[in-house]
This record gives sequence, structure tokens and C-alpha cells, in this order.
Amino acid sequence: MRSYLLLLLFVMAGLVVAFAPLPVQPIMPQERTFRIEARQFAYSPSEIEVNPGDRVTIQLVSTDVVHGLYIDGYGISVEADPGQSATLTFIANKSGSFRVRCNVTCGAMHPFMIGKFTVGTNDWFYRSMGLAMLGVVSIFPLSSFLTQRKKKEERSGAGD
Amino acid sequence: MSRIELTGNPFVKSALKNRWPQLAVFIVMLAGYLFAILAGLVGTQVGSHNFSIVFVWIAWWAILILVAVPFFGRGWCAVCPIPLPGEWLQRGAVLHPPRKKPKWFNLRWPRAFRNIWLQNISFLLLALFSSVLLTTPNITGIVLAGMLFAAIGLSTVFERRAFCRYLCPVGGFIGLYSQTAPVELRIKDKQVCATCEGKPCYNGSANGYGCPWDVFPGGLTKNTYCGLCMECIRTCPHDNIAVNLRPFSADLARPSTRMDEAFKAFIMLGSAMIYAGVLLGPWGALKDAAYNVGTSAWFIYAAVFLGVIFVIMPSLFALCISRFENLNAFKKRFATLSTSLIPLGLMFWVAFSLSFVLTNATYIFASLSDPLGFGWNLFGTANVTWQPMLTSILAPGQTLALVGGLIWSARTAQKAANEAKTSFIPVIVYCFITTLVMLWLLL
Repeated sequence: MRSYLLLLLFVMAGLVVAFAPLPVQPIMPQERTFRIEARQFAYSPSEIEVNPGDRVTIQLVSTDVVHGLYIDGYGISVEADPGQSATLTFIANKSGSFRVRCNVTCGAMHPFMIGKFTVGTNDWFYRSMGLAMLGVVSIFPLSSFLTQRKKKEERSGAGD
Repeated sequence: MSRIELTGNPFVKSALKNRWPQLAVFIVMLAGYLFAILAGLVGTQVGSHNFSIVFVWIAWWAILILVAVPFFGRGWCAVCPIPLPGEWLQRGAVLHPPRKKPKWFNLRWPRAFRNIWLQNISFLLLALFSSVLLTTPNITGIVLAGMLFAAIGLSTVFERRAFCRYLCPVGGFIGLYSQTAPVELRIKDKQVCATCEGKPCYNGSANGYGCPWDVFPGGLTKNTYCGLCMECIRTCPHDNIAVNLRPFSADLARPSTRMDEAFKAFIMLGSAMIYAGVLLGPWGALKDAAYNVGTSAWFIYAAVFLGVIFVIMPSLFALCISRFENLNAFKKRFATLSTSLIPLGLMFWVAFSLSFVLTNATYIFASLSDPLGFGWNLFGTANVTWQPMLTSILAPGQTLALVGGLIWSARTAQKAANEAKTSFIPVIVYCFITTLVMLWLLL
């Protein structure tokens, strides 16, 4: 019974680590402009970071074939022809880390042409680290719980 | 939870004993496989619009790693079309055993290679070229055809399914991870097997063939080498074979002490991490190195790949668990404890594949209507635009898989360490660190 309660406590703690709101330091939104060069099969720079609320302008320049830039989570995209540039402007109103992908078939490795767009801190990564740590610690009550259950099953089996 | 005998249900049992349902699935699979070869060789070379890439590396891979292996173990091997033409040739029959067997060489597989080292090597060979293989239809077509012809060739020289058992690059890791699956094929009563005359499950009879996987079912203690072909259910004269539902990872309670299987665990764990970095990471130079086969950058990539898998990861693990003892005892402990990496490795692959599959799943609809990229629109879905699916649940799903895998591995480590009479803490520390690296790569 005690290990059962302890296990329940770990599940609750896991939910807190995963979903508890974190304090946010207010930062004045800014205008941010990035020039991103796209080539087969990479973006340069491949990682960009902004603050929540920033007005972001991405100028996509393709240096070889037609490329696109799609931002997961935001669902917005832009396409640039070879040698041309195209612009995408939006407000970074969702925090976290998002993959940036080419959305125009541009060659063999096209499905893996990926970049990273981070708004604020990558909270989910830190929360996941916390969950992993909690998971490791939870193994002690979990194994005690499973051992108790097994013994109970064996006892009831012997009783039959 | 104790075991539930699925074959206790007369409908399930007759469906498994009857050869026709399996043959029907085989024919569909073989047709799909041959079409994938054809599409790879004659279809468009734009991978995301070619059936061979989309259906093999997105659709099949998703089903295999997210459903078939975790829940059915070697369930895929039960319907895999690769060994079929060779096996039909070897048997001289498609269904029931013929009266007269064809005269092939029928040799025993060489003793020195009766392990999974060749499967480890064949997997790594494909893994090193995977950036090209996963994206280039004609290479996929050639590799698929190569596997089919290798299976046919080996069937004419060696007895049983030598290709599946000793060479298949996919079969090796399916076998490793099938130990975690909640399905097993086992005998009901050991005594019945011990007194059974002629052992038809292994040697064959008029009712069916001897085990194609070269396994005596009476001695089965884990899923690794049982291909779930159901032949022994057909041949057993005593109705002593059962397919059971059981708790997850039941086989891992008895850890293996084989080094080939231990290294398979490192190969799979390391490959998942490298793929996550190279294919899903934002580093263009890594992608260039992995894709441009034959260049100096690729040779460096290959050396790093092999170094991580064969040197760095096993050495760190050895360092974690090291203590003063003789080499043989250490090797045994190393292999026993590496069993703990099996659930973690499976979950690494689940987390990696979730991202890959959900992002590219919409290609399946387009490819269904225009499998060769010839401009067809068979089902009206050829122009479905690319759109990543369920991106909002991707990161939580990956965390759930990785943290779940970590807990699962930690629990396995406790049991393995108990068996090896050592502490499980260093193994958990190793699993924890690798999980953090994988989280960093994926999130």
C-alpha cells in the first residue's frame, strides 16, 4: 500500500514537472530580421533564437534549387526560387523549440533538410530532463510495488 | 499477469494451422515487395514521390517499429516475403510438403557463423549508406532485389532459412527487440517434447516442414530466433505448441550472455542516436558527410559511426560496470547487463521514427495515387500537399517514449544485475546519460 502511494506521488510529481507553468521574465518584443540561405540540404544559419513576442522577419535566399521553409507548430511557410529571396514575417507567439523544414521537394535528402527555430527557452527539453530524472528515481518504489504484487500473486496462486 | 494461450481459441488455432490465410498474406506482401523493386528501378528518382521509398521507408518502417516489433515481436517475420521464393524452391512446394524433395545442396550453416555477427555487419553496412538508401529509389530497389536474390541463393545451398536466421539485416534487430513483445510461441509441456519420437517440429513430417528457423521448439526460452512461421503448430502430433499472450519483456528476465547479442544492443542504441543527430538535426555538414558516399567526409563519418558504436558506447558501458575480475567473468557480466539496453534501444527507435514518420506520412497518400511518379492519379490523392502530421504531440510523444524506455530499462537492469550479482546503479546512470543525449538530439 505504501509503495502504491509512493508511486502515485511520483506520477503526480511527473505531471507537475511536465505541465506546471513557469515564471516568465517580461522582455520587450523586438523586430528581428534573419537572412537564411538555403542550399541542398541545409539552412545557414541552421538555428535561430528569438524572444517570445518578437516580430520576426525571415528573408529566405535560395542558392541552388527552389527551397521552402516551413515552421512546425506555427504552420507557416515561404518559398524561394534559385537566386531569389522571399520574405516571411510573423509574431513569435508560441514558445519552445520548433523544427524548420524544407517544404518544396529539392533533391534526394529533401526530407532531412531541417533547421531549428527556438522562441524563448526550450522549456520542454528541460521538463523532459526533469521527467527522466524522476523516472530514474521512481524505479525504486516501482520495483518495490511490482515485487509486492508478484508476491501477492504467488500467494494467491499457492492458495488456489 | 500470467500467460493467456491464444491458441486455446479454436478459431485462432485453425487460422494459424491452416496454410491458406498465411499464403494469402504472403502473396500480397510478395506482390508489394516486387512492385517496390520495380518502382525503385523504373519509377521517378524523386524519393518522396516513389513507392519504393515512401512505402518501404515510411509506411513499412512505421508499422514495423511502432506496432509490429513492440506488440508482435517477430510478427513481421511471419509474413515477410523475402524468404518465400527461395523457400518454395528449396521445398519444391508452395503449400504442403511434397512426396519427393528437390535435390539441393542442403548444407548445414557453418558453425563459426551460427551467431548474429553477420546480421550485425549487414545492418551496419546498410546503416553506413542509409542516407543514400533512404532517399534514392534505385538504390532501395537494388538493395531489396539483392536481399531477395541472396535469400534465394542461400536457400539452394543451405538448409532451412539461412538468410533470415543469419544474414538478414532487419531480422537481427527484430529478434533482439522481440524479447520485449507480449507475444510468444512456446511448448505447453516439456515432458511431451522429451518423449516425442522423431521430433517432427524440428525434422518435419507429412503435415509440415521442420522448423525453418533451425530451432527445436522444445528448447525455446526466448523469442529471438523464433520466426513465428507457425510450422511447428502444424507438425506437432501432440498439440503441444501454444501461442501465448504474456507480460511485456518477459524474455529479459533471463538475460543473454552472448557477445553478438550484446553488441547488437549497442549497435541499435548507437545507430538511433546517430540517425537522430544526422537525419533530424540541423547540422548540414553532417548530412553532407553522410550522403556523399566515397568522399573523405563520408569516410570520416563512417569511422565516427563505427567508433561510436563499437568503441565509445561499449567502452563507457564497460567503464561503468567495471571491477577487478577475470576477462571471461567480465565478458559474461558485460553481456548480461547489456540486456538492460534493449528496451531503451527500442524506445529510442520509436522516438526517432515518430518524428520521421509523422513528418513524412502525407507522402503516402500522394504515392498511393502515383506510385511511380509518372503523373498518374489513381485514387485522386496524387496532389495531396505535404504537411507534417500531429506536430503538437510529437515532442511529448518522444519524451514519453524515451522516459518510458528509461524506466523500462532501469527495471530490466535491476533484474539483470540481480542475475549477474552486481549493482544496477551504474547501468541506470549509463541509460540516464544516453537518454539525456537522445532528448537533446530530438527536442
